[in-house]
Amino acid sequence: MNKYRVKAFGITKDLLGGRETFIETQGQTVADLRAALHSRFPELSGLRSLFIAVNNDYADDEILLKPSDEIALIPPVSGG
Amino acid sequence: MIKITEKSIDVQKIIDTVSSLSAGAVNVFVGTVRNKANGKNVLWLEYEAYETMAVSQIRKIIEEASHRWPLLGWAVSHRIGTLKPGETSVVVAVSTPHRKDSFEACQFIIDSVKTMAPIWKKEVFEDGEEWVSARPEIEMRA
Repeated sequence: MNKYRVKAFGITKDLLGGRETFIETQGQTVADLRAALHSRFPELSGLRSLFIAVNNDYADDEILLKPSDEIALIPPVSGG
Repeated sequence: MIKITEKSIDVQKIIDTVSSLSAGAVNVFVGTVRNKANGKNVLWLEYEAYETMAVSQIRKIIEEASHRWPLLGWAVSHRIGTLKPGETSVVVAVSTPHRKDSFEACQFIIDSVKTMAPIWKKEVFEDGEEWVSARPEIEMRA
C-alpha cells in the first residue's frame, strides 16, 4: 500500500473533515488516488469539478505520485 | 508583485508599484464584495487560498501575459479572510506603453486568476452559508 498526505481546501476541507488527511492506495497515480478518495468520501462526487494538485501545479490523472509530493485537492475555484 | 494578504488592499500603492515613466497607460481592475448573491443578502465572505500554489499559478499567468503584451509593470493582490460587502477582494494593475494593451492584459490576468488560482470564497447569509460554485445545482439556479 502507498500512503499519501493530502491537503484539502474550500468545500473539500468540510467534506473530508479537516485540512489534511492520509489516503492509502494500491496504485501510485493521481487516478488511483482520486479513486481511493472517492470511495472513502463519496460526497466528493457531488462537486462540479475536482482537480488534484501535485507540488503546486494541476496534475493529470496519469502522473505518478511520490510519498514526498505535496498533494492537494482543488475543488471549483471562486477567487476574485 | 504578487500578494495574498489578510490586510486590506491599498489600491493607490499598487498603482504606484506598476507606474513607470515609459508607460502611457496604467490599467487597474478592482474586485469588490457584492451585498447580494442569488437574491439573498450576503453578510460577509470567507476567502481562503492555497497560498503557495496561488502565487505560482499567478506567476505563470503573468509570464503568459508578458509574452502577449508589452508589460512594463504588473501587480496582483488578493485578499483572504473575512470580507464585508463593499470591501476590495482583488486588485490587478498593469502598465504598458499604450492603452489598448493595458486593457487587454488586465482583463486576461483577472480572468485567468479567477479560473486558475486556487482561491475560494464562501458566502455567509442570514440563514446559512455556501462555497461559491462548488456544486452544479448552484450553477443551474444562477
